[in-house]
Order: sequence, then structure tokens, then C-alpha cells
Amino acid sequence: MIKPHLELTGVDMAFDTPNGPFLALDKVNLKIRKGEFVSLIGHSGCGKSTVLNIVAGLLQASRGGCVLDGHEVNTPGPERAVVFQNHALMPWLTVYENVELAVRQVFRKSMGRKEKRDWILHNLTLVNMQHALDKRPGEISGGMAQRVGIARALAMKPSVLLMDEPFGALDALTRAHLQDSLMTIQQELNSTVIMITHDVDEAVLLSDRIVMMTNGPAATVGEELTIDLPRPRNRVALADDPTYVHYRQAVLSFLYEKQTFPGKGDPVTSIAEPAPSEAAPAAPAIVVESTPLEPQQRAIA
Amino acid sequence: MTTITQSAATADTPRWMSTVTDKLAPQALARAGQALLLPAIGIALFLLFWQLVAPQVNTSLGAFPAPSDVWEQAGQLWREHSNERERAERFVTMQEQRNARILQDNPDAEVRIRPYPGAPTFFSQIGTSLITVLSGFALATAIAVPLGIVVGLNRHFAAAVNPLIQVFKPVSPLAWLPLVTMVVSATYVSDDPMFEKAFLTSMITVTLCSLWPTLINTSVGVAAVNPDLLNVSKVLRLSFWTHTRKVVLPSSVPMIFTGLRVSLGIAWMVLIAAEMLAQNPGLGKFVWDEFQNGSSQSLSRIMVAVIAIGFIGFLLDRIMLLIQKKVAWNQ
Ligand SMILES: Nc1ncnc2c1ncn2[C@@H]1O[C@H](COP(=O)(O)OP(=O)(O)OP(=O)(O)O)[C@@H](O)[C@H]1O
Ligand SMILES: [Mg+2]
Repeated sequence: MIKPHLELTGVDMAFDTPNGPFLALDKVNLKIRKGEFVSLIGHSGCGKSTVLNIVAGLLQASRGGCVLDGHEVNTPGPERAVVFQNHALMPWLTVYENVELAVRQVFRKSMGRKEKRDWILHNLTLVNMQHALDKRPGEISGGMAQRVGIARALAMKPSVLLMDEPFGALDALTRAHLQDSLMTIQQELNSTVIMITHDVDEAVLLSDRIVMMTNGPAATVGEELTIDLPRPRNRVALADDPTYVHYRQAVLSFLYEKQTFPGKGDPVTSIAEPAPSEAAPAAPAIVVESTPLEPQQRAIA
Repeated sequence: MTTITQSAATADTPRWMSTVTDKLAPQALARAGQALLLPAIGIALFLLFWQLVAPQVNTSLGAFPAPSDVWEQAGQLWREHSNERERAERFVTMQEQRNARILQDNPDAEVRIRPYPGAPTFFSQIGTSLITVLSGFALATAIAVPLGIVVGLNRHFAAAVNPLIQVFKPVSPLAWLPLVTMVVSATYVSDDPMFEKAFLTSMITVTLCSLWPTLINTSVGVAAVNPDLLNVSKVLRLSFWTHTRKVVLPSSVPMIFTGLRVSLGIAWMVLIAAEMLAQNPGLGKFVWDEFQNGSSQSLSRIMVAVIAIGFIGFLLDRIMLLIQKKVAWNQ
């Protein structure tokens, strides 16, 4: 068998919490081919983001590891670009400058000034955002900002594109539109994608394979489902395609029959768990002192 | 047909005219009137109350000055200032003429140019105060912003410095002043001093008291950068400098400015006290001298100073707000 492009082997992840270590992931194994589109699906708090962050290098696995093209992943890097759930654009930079920040950093030496500019514009055109180059993230809609986030990630020419619920915060129409663009772009570039989603339809429509995770703690890969639907895929035509419906059923049955949502009184309850990774780092103790300053200032202004 | 010509006419109306007519629209006028009217009523009521109550308050220097007395003294101070300036100009021209004559007689002669020896007026004292407060504030900013960034970036450093910040922050300027005075006199010894010692003492006291809000807000702003943005920076492998310049600093600019505005307000308040005691020729010294002078106009003149201090403090804050609007991305 050919060597996989990306491979996770025996990944455990234990978080240090005040109540002792918390085992979030237990022996996660995953092999991904080049150009494959993989969706991670599972109940909230099961550890999907943790898997993605380990591949991104933003978290270090407690045991086991992740190998990309024969190299072990230890630190974050632009070859594993991340599209964050809430776009994570720098609010003080314009759309163009946000992509520019990435392009200047990644292709500092290898591209000329004109080449960089063309490359930035090319990627923004790809996501259909060339009309708002000088707008700031605060001045564009959530869907537009998310597109810029995708353009920024694509502009890094990543070997793997990591997406953590990229369309989670969007309305259904924008979402469908972005899913279609993502499918087109992915087919053109043949990029490897790992995408986290809560949406079963999204997973079946976009993926070559759906990786379903068991409930935490000590979550792991429960089932894998290869989606053998021809591309390009059309959401309307697929809606009552029996194969599509079958795949959809399979994922739903995994989620709602085999892995029911962690119930009340169950120690697994994700809500009661310690702060998730997205939480802001503890600010220094002096924080408290300064808070009264601001309202006071506002009042004067 | 008529409607067409009419619409053409409106389209031709120049932009400025339409904005003027917008402003003259009854609703806009009413809004503007209300925005001005209520403050005007507030001020008028206050002045009335002051005018009525002031004569009832008797001090050893006579009754407390009423608004009319204060107004009169403000005019008086302005006249003193104009007279003094005239005299200074005359002094300078006379000196120039004399020097020219001396040089004519003997081109090798060394001429002396002396500054005008007159006493500083109220308005030149305002100038001195502004220079002192801005120097102290600039020094405080130069210390507080970089230090705040380091504190915000490094949790260990923050833990080490935090107790010091907490203890020194509430110290009154009056407590610092004797120490600063002694240290300045002991260390700043020079035959040809660039700065007055009193100026340095006031300025350093201002710095010591005003750097804390900027320091704290900068460190909080730096520590509170959105973790997603930090992750973006990590994924891009930005160097420490690029990370600080491109991510941390811009992200904390709003917090830094909030701190700077509080700092400037404190600096201005502290300055008056510092000048009183350090005898730096500024507004504080003016107040102190008038107090010592104890003439029948002293209280009115001090009241003029009080109002000037308030106005300048307000203006300083407005200027900071304008700069903030220019610089900060969230405004
Ligand atoms: N830094 C951390 N410290 C302690 N526990 C953590 C940390 N990060 C995540 N966890 C815990 O690990 C588990 C998995 O978290 P993760 O964020 O990966 O879930 P998820 O599947 O992405 O959930 P969601 O779908 O809600 O985003 C959760 O129980 C969470 O509370
Ligand atoms: Mg998550």
C-alpha cells in the first residue's frame, strides 16, 4: 500500500485540569490520502477540535503523533493552514492586508512584489471577494469574512487545509453557496482537506470520507464511511439520490443511535467540562483593577 | 413635464447647499437646539446659584468671588499679559538697537543678549504647565507602553511586577515630591543646566503618578489578544518582532489609548499639585503665589486659574480622543 499523506497514530490527548488530567482523546488513528476531503463529525465536546489542533501543531499530543509527508508535526506551520470557526481576521487590517500578511510571511523570498500582489488577488477572486479589498472585517458580513479566511488559508499553498466548522456561524443560503465554492476550489487545487462539521448533509455532500468520533472522554474514531459519489456533486440532484440518502442515514444512525448525546448526570457532559481550548488565556491578576477605568472613560467621552 | 424640470433642478443643487438645507430642516434644527440648550441651561443655573451664594461665604480675604468678579479678573489677567508682552518686545528691540550700535563702533565687541527679566504672566504660566505636563506624560508613555507589552506577553514577568504596580499605583504625588526633589538636586548637577530643577522635579513627579493606567491597560490589552489571532500568528510562524508589531500592538491599541487618556487626566491633576510645591513656574505656582499674596483679588484670580485648569484638562482629553479616533481601528 502507498504511504499515506497524513497519518495520526495512537494519538492520546490528556489535558491538565484542576481535578487532575482529563483524557480527551484515546488512541486516535487516521490515515489520509493526498487530495482527500475528510470530514470529522461527532457530538459536541468529543474532541474534534483537539484532533484538528494536533494536526495543526497548535496542541501537542500526550502520546502518539502526527506525520505529514514523512515528517513529524511538532509546531504550527503554513503548510497546514487553518480556517477558524469565526474567521479570525485581524480586525485592523483590510481584506487585502489580511491575505497579504500571510502571503508576505510565507513567500517572503520566493515571490516578487508584483507576483505577491497577483497571488493575493487571485485567491480573493477565487472566493469571490475581489470587490471588497479595502474593507475591514467589521464592514463585511460574516459569510464574506469567512470567505476571506478561506482565501487567506488557500494563499499559503498548504499541503493540508484544516477547517474547524468553517460554515458553522452562517445562514443556510450563504452556507450552501460557500460549500459549492469550496467543492470547486478543492477539485481545482486537489488539496487535502480535513473539515469539522456538525452538519450531516454538509459532511456527505463535500467529503470523500466521513470520520465519526465516539463520545468523550477518551474519544476515538468510531466509524469511517467512504462516500462514493461522483464529482462534481449537485446538492439538488443528490437530495433524493438513494446512495446519498443511504450515506446520510448511516451517519445519522451513528450519531443518534450508537452515540447518543451524552445525557444528564453522565460524567461525560461536555458543558460541565473545564474551559475549552478556545477560552482566552488567564490574564494577569492586574486585569481586575483596570476594568473600572473603561466605563468611566466612556462616560466622560 | 413640470415634474421633470423640478427633479432636474434638485439634481443640480450643489452638494453644500443640500447639506445646509439638511441642517436647516426643522427636525435637525430641533435636535441641534436640544443638544445646545440643555447644557446652556445647566451652565446658566450653575452661574446663577454661584452668583447668589458666593457673597454669603465670607473669608478673611473678603467674600467668595462671584462669577462677575472672576470674569473681571480674567480680563485683568489678560491685560497684564498684553502689557507684559509689549514691554518684553520693547526690551528686545532696545537691546537689539543697542547691540547694533556697539557692533557698529567696534565689530569685534562681544554683545550680550539677555532674556527679558520680567515676571511670568498667567498665560505664560499656562504655557509652562502645558510643556511640563506633556513632557512628563511623554516620558510616562515611553516607559509604560513598552513595559506594559512585556508584562502582557510574559506571565512570569507579570507575576513578578504585579505587586510593585499595585503598591506604587495609589501613591499620592505629594508623597513622591520630596524624594524626587532631593534626588534631582543631588544627581542633576551641571553648570549650564538644560532644564530648571523645578521643571524636572514636577515632570518626574507627573511621570511617576501617571504611568500606571497606561502600564496596566497596555498589559491587559496585550494579554487579552484574541486567542484565534494568536493561533493565526503561530500558523504563519511570525517572528517575535513581527508578531508584536503586526498582531499584539495593533490589537491592544484601543486599550492602550484608554489608558493614555486616563494617564493624561491624572498627569494634569498631579501637575498642579507638583508645581505648587516644586515652585515650577506654572499654573500651580500661580495659584500658590496668589494664595500667599492674599490680596482682595486673590480668590478671584485663583478661581480664574481653576476654570482654566478645568478647560485645559477637558481640551487635553478631547485632543487625545481625536488622536484615538485617527489611530484606533475600533473607533
Ligand atoms: N485546554 C483544555 N483544557 C482542558 N480541557 C480541554 C481543553 N481543550 C479541550 N478540552 C476538553 O476536551 C474535550 C474535547 O474538546 P474539543 O474542543 O476538542 O471538542 P469538540 O469536539 O471540538 O467540541 P465542539 O463540537 O463543541 O467544538 C472537551 O471535553 C473539552 O472540555
Ligand atoms: Mg470544536
